[in-house]
Amino acid sequence: MTMITFSFYLFAISALTGGLFTVISRSPVHSVLWLILTFLSAAGLFVLLGAEFVAMLLVIVYVGAVAVLFLFVVMMLDVDFAGLKAEMARYMPLALLIGLVLLMQLSLAFGVWQTSDTAMAAREAVTPIGVTNTAALGLLLYDKYFLLFQLSGLILLVAMIGAIVLTLRHRRDIKRQDVLAQMWRDPAKAMELKDVKPGQGLL
Amino acid sequence: MIEADLTIILPEILLSLFAMLALLFGVYTSKDKMAPLLTWATAGVFVLLAAWIGLNGGGDNVAFGGMFHDDAFSRFSKVTILLAAAAVLVMSQDYMERRGLLRFEYPVLVALSTVGMMMMVSAGDLMALYMGLELQSLALYVIASLRRDSLKSTEAGLKYFILGALSSGLLLYGASLVYGYAGTTLFSGIIIAAGDGQMSLGLLFGLVFVISGLAFKISAVPFHMWTPDVYEGSPTPVTAFFATAPKMAAMALFARVLHDAFGGATADWQQILALLSVLSMFLGAIAAIGQRNIKRLMAFSSIAHMGYALIGLVAGTAFGVQAMLVYMAVYLTMNIGTFAFILSLEKDGTPVTDIAALNMYAKREPGKALAMLVLLFSLAGVPPFLGFFAKLGVWQAALDVGMVWLVIASAVASAIGAFYYLRIVYFMYFGDEGEELDRGRSPVLWVFLMGSAAVMLFGVINLFGIEGAAAAAAATLVN
Repeated sequence: MTMITFSFYLFAISALTGGLFTVISRSPVHSVLWLILTFLSAAGLFVLLGAEFVAMLLVIVYVGAVAVLFLFVVMMLDVDFAGLKAEMARYMPLALLIGLVLLMQLSLAFGVWQTSDTAMAAREAVTPIGVTNTAALGLLLYDKYFLLFQLSGLILLVAMIGAIVLTLRHRRDIKRQDVLAQMWRDPAKAMELKDVKPGQGLL
Repeated sequence: MIEADLTIILPEILLSLFAMLALLFGVYTSKDKMAPLLTWATAGVFVLLAAWIGLNGGGDNVAFGGMFHDDAFSRFSKVTILLAAAAVLVMSQDYMERRGLLRFEYPVLVALSTVGMMMMVSAGDLMALYMGLELQSLALYVIASLRRDSLKSTEAGLKYFILGALSSGLLLYGASLVYGYAGTTLFSGIIIAAGDGQMSLGLLFGLVFVISGLAFKISAVPFHMWTPDVYEGSPTPVTAFFATAPKMAAMALFARVLHDAFGGATADWQQILALLSVLSMFLGAIAAIGQRNIKRLMAFSSIAHMGYALIGLVAGTAFGVQAMLVYMAVYLTMNIGTFAFILSLEKDGTPVTDIAALNMYAKREPGKALAMLVLLFSLAGVPPFLGFFAKLGVWQAALDVGMVWLVIASAVASAIGAFYYLRIVYFMYFGDEGEELDRGRSPVLWVFLMGSAAVMLFGVINLFGIEGAAAAAAATLVN
């Protein structure tokens, strides 16, 4: 077994284990930790594929930001996960049945599926030769898919506006800091210097 | 190279820039006090862009390697969408302001959602389609729950969001299957892979999922469950918006996907659409009978109307697409008028949505009642109003391809549906003496109501010439 095959199986097994325990572990904090393991293993798989930029992105963005955010949310929110799970258990038989039917339908269909001849030809080479990963991604994102990139920016803007519109409340019954008013105060009017004689009070 | 592409999408760029500037303006000035001004300005920009796109554009331009199509079809749809959105914005200003709902983000979100709709109708790629759709829907989810201290409004937003996310999931699953089996996300490539009638099973699965996802957006049965609750819970102007511009955009997108990407496999999607269409017409007609809330009633009415518009697509011909476009334009006009009427219904300053409140309305305000009568007859498809001729167009398209049963079914559904429209007329003219509603005070709503009713009356002469534009639009799509 070569090193590459060995690492593939290592990462694949740990990704699957992590995914399984994310779902079945009792404590939500443990779930998030297993999720981090899954992300890291997936990053390893990406490195094996030669997509090192995506791998690093997965570690930085998903492990570094998203998973840690999950962890915070899980720890801060007092969600009754046991109750949710009990609720889920009620619908489990039905969900399993539907899942099974879907699986059977898809596997029936799989038997006769075939790709169109043009599909293979139309599929583009995944990594262009002689260009680094990052440069290739940049060429795609900022050149070929420029429009889609900008549109996703707009979508994020809408998401941000939406979050603010739906949650921000201006409270009028609290005191706010007014920086300009503080800076424009005239020290001469605000303060008075008194010469206090030793041994005497201010009265 | 990029300059040429950018010139083609200039209207979209301008509208997004306007939305961002309006946002900055709103944040850095006096916040919500500027909202009425911004609402009018946004409506003005919509009208200007519509005029520009309608009068200026020509030819069939493709940008970003086929991802964006600027052709007669997209221009027709964009003009309709922009005008409908402008009308709804203008109508909503007074209503929202008096209820403290007019925040400056409202026109900004409507503008961004309109950018999404413009991208949808121009999409030439599965990814561009999805981006446009999400941009549109995300803004709609937010404005559905704009009245955030009302339980119903937040419920509407949440329901819309969850079901919308589900439908996006279906659509994406279908899109990924299509990509996997066609090898490309470009419509121009998919149509080659789909071939002439000999489509691989994988592509067919993808097509079915994509159709399901899109059917959610136009609320065709069996994907209609969200519609009544969302229509009822959202603030009425937002409901008016939901019932107009997004419907047109989703319908146009539907036509574009079916003809641009799967145009060679008409027989494969015809039967699916025929089923959606028949179910929508009947459910819309029958379920509306029990409704007393006029907003829920309009929700079922819109479901039924989507069924009729789908008949045009079922035909799968250029004339069918033309009939669908005309139908949608007429439907939008009728809905704008009807919602102008609904917005003006209030009692002691609070909005009224119960249809029983319309008792003897005609006695107190004969002019508005008459206009509403015309609109309701037109919605029901009673000749000689415009709604009937729109229906006639789609029936003609179905007859041309020999789908007699579909025409008969839709005529039956239309007859059933006429009952609930006529019941409102009955309440207005012959109902019991009831409590008195406030006199209408908004001249804007009056103008829209009367204008839309006048269109229903005088449009029958020549449809204001939109038939020619729709025919040109359909010709670029189906070839």
